[in-house]
Amino acid sequence: MLQKKAIALALAAFALGGAAASEAAVLRWAHSTDISSADPYGRREDFTLSVLGNVYEGLVRWNDRQQLEPALAESWEIVEPTRWRFHLRRGVKFHNGNAFDADDVVFSFQRATAPKSNFKGLLEPVREVRKVDDHTVDLVLKAPHAILLNDLAGWFIMDREWCIEHGAAEPIDLASAEQKAYTANHANGTGPFMLKSREPDVSIVAVANPGWWDTPRHNLSEVVYTPIRSDATRVAALLSGQLDFIRGVPLADVPRLEQNPDIRMLEGPHARVVFLGMNARDPELKSSDVRGRNPFADIRVRTALYQAINEDAIKKSVMRGRARPAAIAVAPQTHGYDASLDVRLPYDPEVAKALLAEAGYPNGFAVELGCPNNGSLINDEQICQALVAMLGKVGVRVSLRAQPSTQHYGALLKGELDMWMLGWASLPAGDVSALFTAVVHSPNGSLGAYNPKGWSDPGLDALITQVGTEYDPGKRQALISEALRRHREAVAVLPLHQQQLTWAARKGFTVPQPADEYVRWWTVTGPK
Amino acid sequence: MSTVMNSRPGVLARLLDSDLWYQFSRSPVTVASAALTLAFCLIAVFATWLAPHDPFDPASLDLLDAHLPPAWAAEGSANYLLGTDDQGRDVLSAIMYGSRVSLLVAIAATALAMLIGVTLGLLAGYFGGRLDGLIMRIADVQLSFPTILLALLIDGVVRSALSKELHDTLSLYVLIFAIAVSNWVQYARTVRGSTLVERSKEYVQAARVMGLSPLTILRRHVLPNVMGPVLVIATLGFCNAIIAEATLSFLGLGVPPTQPSLGTLIRIGNELLFSGEWWITVFPGVYLVAMVLAVNLLGDWLRDALNPKLR
Amino acid sequence: MLAYVIRRLTSGLFVMLAVAFIAFLLFNFVGDPVNNMLGENATAEQRAELQHKLGLDQPFPLQFARFVGNAAQGEFGISYRNLQPVSELLEARLPATLELSVVAALLALALGIPMGVYTALHRDGVLARLCQMVSLIGVSIPSFLTGILLILVFSVTLNWLPSFGRGEVVTLGGWSTGLLTASGLKSLILPAVTLALFQMTMIMRLVRSEMLEVLRTDYIKFARARGIRERSVRFRHALKNTLVPVITIIGLQLGAVIAFAIITETVFQWPGMGLLLIQAITFGDIPVIAAYLVLVAFLFVLINLIVDLLYYVVDPRIRIDRGVVAL
Repeated sequence: MLQKKAIALALAAFALGGAAASEAAVLRWAHSTDISSADPYGRREDFTLSVLGNVYEGLVRWNDRQQLEPALAESWEIVEPTRWRFHLRRGVKFHNGNAFDADDVVFSFQRATAPKSNFKGLLEPVREVRKVDDHTVDLVLKAPHAILLNDLAGWFIMDREWCIEHGAAEPIDLASAEQKAYTANHANGTGPFMLKSREPDVSIVAVANPGWWDTPRHNLSEVVYTPIRSDATRVAALLSGQLDFIRGVPLADVPRLEQNPDIRMLEGPHARVVFLGMNARDPELKSSDVRGRNPFADIRVRTALYQAINEDAIKKSVMRGRARPAAIAVAPQTHGYDASLDVRLPYDPEVAKALLAEAGYPNGFAVELGCPNNGSLINDEQICQALVAMLGKVGVRVSLRAQPSTQHYGALLKGELDMWMLGWASLPAGDVSALFTAVVHSPNGSLGAYNPKGWSDPGLDALITQVGTEYDPGKRQALISEALRRHREAVAVLPLHQQQLTWAARKGFTVPQPADEYVRWWTVTGPK
Repeated sequence: MSTVMNSRPGVLARLLDSDLWYQFSRSPVTVASAALTLAFCLIAVFATWLAPHDPFDPASLDLLDAHLPPAWAAEGSANYLLGTDDQGRDVLSAIMYGSRVSLLVAIAATALAMLIGVTLGLLAGYFGGRLDGLIMRIADVQLSFPTILLALLIDGVVRSALSKELHDTLSLYVLIFAIAVSNWVQYARTVRGSTLVERSKEYVQAARVMGLSPLTILRRHVLPNVMGPVLVIATLGFCNAIIAEATLSFLGLGVPPTQPSLGTLIRIGNELLFSGEWWITVFPGVYLVAMVLAVNLLGDWLRDALNPKLR
Repeated sequence: MLAYVIRRLTSGLFVMLAVAFIAFLLFNFVGDPVNNMLGENATAEQRAELQHKLGLDQPFPLQFARFVGNAAQGEFGISYRNLQPVSELLEARLPATLELSVVAALLALALGIPMGVYTALHRDGVLARLCQMVSLIGVSIPSFLTGILLILVFSVTLNWLPSFGRGEVVTLGGWSTGLLTASGLKSLILPAVTLALFQMTMIMRLVRSEMLEVLRTDYIKFARARGIRERSVRFRHALKNTLVPVITIIGLQLGAVIAFAIITETVFQWPGMGLLLIQAITFGDIPVIAAYLVLVAFLFVLINLIVDLLYYVVDPRIRIDRGVVAL
């Protein structure tokens, strides 16, 4: 018994000594959802990538100041507009000790773009990856692609030998009936943290990688991530000391957390801008009492609705001050933003009423507004309720179709909605072209998926194509600004506001807070 | 037919003449709960006239009046006695209007569930055999679907079957139907179990030998004897229905948020629990608890009093 | 009796088929999983491709037939949300849910039955009335609110109990249990209480009402007249006769709690089947919902069979296996 105690004491002393030497801390944190899989090509989903980005790495990476910087590629050059050459970092080892080289990059490309991969959309512009030598690869493009580096930051490199060894050379196939995917709960990257265990919807445990090629800025020995779906429970777990850091603090709870001496609120801009889209294309609206014509086809109606919305009141009451009124659907933190265009039309219900009368709707009209209601956008349902009240004051009788987000976005994409709420962050590319291709472009094959019934302008579509292939930054920005201006002048969407991030951490933890909402563990420091 | 006509004054007379009324007037708790129940019903029915504001008219709401505390607090406004919620709705009026929605949903859903469940349970328990097997297997199928999925299913069917303008008003019926459909099995299985017991008793055997039709036996002899547990489930089912509606709205389904029920108000308040805006949860919550208590206490008394075996 | 059980289990197969059929009807209304899977940057073409690959663009009978064919071989496909075999996911969740629901049911029984008996015997007592009122308050608060209030009091303010999760679990032969560790037991308390509250009230009130009736019957009067001790009358004779409705309700409630403890599991982030289901519904994770509902159907078939057999044990006069009444 005594002996046991002595050993325990010695161990404790050793542990303490070790901790003092490396000043190691454990970070326990939570957000509302789990990652979809530990396989980096499982699903193209932002939160999953943000977590896996601590274990796996791409050729380039975003840092916490939202800049692209070299990661597994030390440098690169454009050999010709459709061929980029990447010089790979030497001496990098995967977590299992295997060396990283060009074969891994070629393999990762094949795996990510295999026919059954759900990830290949990201690498669509790339025709092939050619090995030049062990430490050099060429990416051959189908056409010039301006945001290649942005896209590559979300493509993580896997170890060829490890994948083959564990029967995971092929990506996860959703259509097959039964498949054990080793990569779903195991990982072997080159990143600053090594995955120790993952239990879906329960926890992810990772330990610091002592052999990381980069100099660690963090002082963490271990990170424990727990998905906690209920907002209130997450806040409670932070307050009760079970967690060190949480994302997604409900706006109403911010003041309470601010008063707690042990907790620090972390707030900053989020790249997501919330706006309303309208069906301006169909000859008549499904949900309206107006027959024979479509009120939203008239720019005066769209302008009237814009000016009937008191965004300052929404910001003050619904968003509790934590939003920035916006006039374009892109945030200052996103590449391509143009401040000169971000000026809202004034709130003026009288002008709105006059415009509606002028357009032939002196008594307004009825329409249905589709709205997500389970927090996919911050306080989504509350914003929509406020909009119903505001539009009602100028005579537009809005009935609310508030649904869980899966149904809402499903209906939106099928073109079933006449008016809808949408938020766009242009992530993970961090470039406005993501907005252009999905939300602004007319629906056409691969483009305009989130604009199924929205406003369409062939001239603008042509501009968007040019933006996609222009490498020169100056010329590209001019094209972007022109496209944004046209979109804004047509009142194609009704912009509302840019969201804010509300994070909270226990005192002693510093967590940099970039607008892409990524928690980069390697930038986090815990109490000394 | 004639027996029904004859029995009605009998019940009434029994209520007023007998010692029942005496019992009632002697029990202060019962009198109080009856008065409260009556008051709740009146408030719900006459909410339009009683409420100081119309919380269901979005155009009358002002967002700048949101989050006001009750009138007696420092920042309160005399205009809003119990304060306002996150949309600037008067909490007092919202409670009155909301209780109407909740009561309607609860009463209709409970009655519907009871009607379906008791009927099927009696038939299954009494006739047994294939009919019993069929009804109970349907019950098993039904039990496998949670209310939220039923609500989604019914909502989806209604939405695709009927035009869109109707949907705002229809969502209430969707809700009633979804809650009723997910609750009838409790009644059916309970009644079936008790009917199985009753069927084997001498008096039922005797009635059968006398040549009474099965329906008469069920209505006159079996039904009164299996109603005890049914009433217990029903009184609890009533508050369960109110809560089921709140829970559905917690999960993103339920009544339109522009016409909040009592349950929806509590759900909204639930999100504001940490924020110190207690009045948005507490008042609707207290109102709901009082309502459920009153109805249940009255129900308890009524059940005991109307049961001939207990007098 | 054996023939009866076999017949019931066979008809259970049809129940499961019917459930699967309705489930597939339902999938038109749970929203579009493809959008959740590909993220907002996917193009319309990529969406259509994935829809095709998953067979979501196929006509309903074909999708259903394929599901039944695979299910017959014990294959339920890959979860769209977790990218893991559905059977693995369900297996991993079952222990958490069973432990929680059984503990909650035991809690409800252990408190509900004595309280029911007590309130029936002391019908007008102050304590009995108090019991009834307080239990009603307990059930008239929605469980999401009860859960959060318990967390506020016992985790945040008092810091006695954890606010989420299952604590440490020990794996015994493929079964992960939280009952053997201190943190696991502590984690169990709040969710089990939240879950037991409604059942307890229900059981208490049922037992009370049935006891009141039975106590007035001739059967009990005779028993008393025969000089049987009051204690024995109450528990051996009276309580036993209240059991048929109580067993029915307990069976149903236990089934419902195992299958759909959605709110409690969500509030406490309890990694059980209810949490899995609600996440699958929110995501549109069709393979999980389908397999889940079929599993739950099986569960209810089983529970209801056991309940029917218990009727017989409690009251041998009931003949369930020869139900046709000669008229």
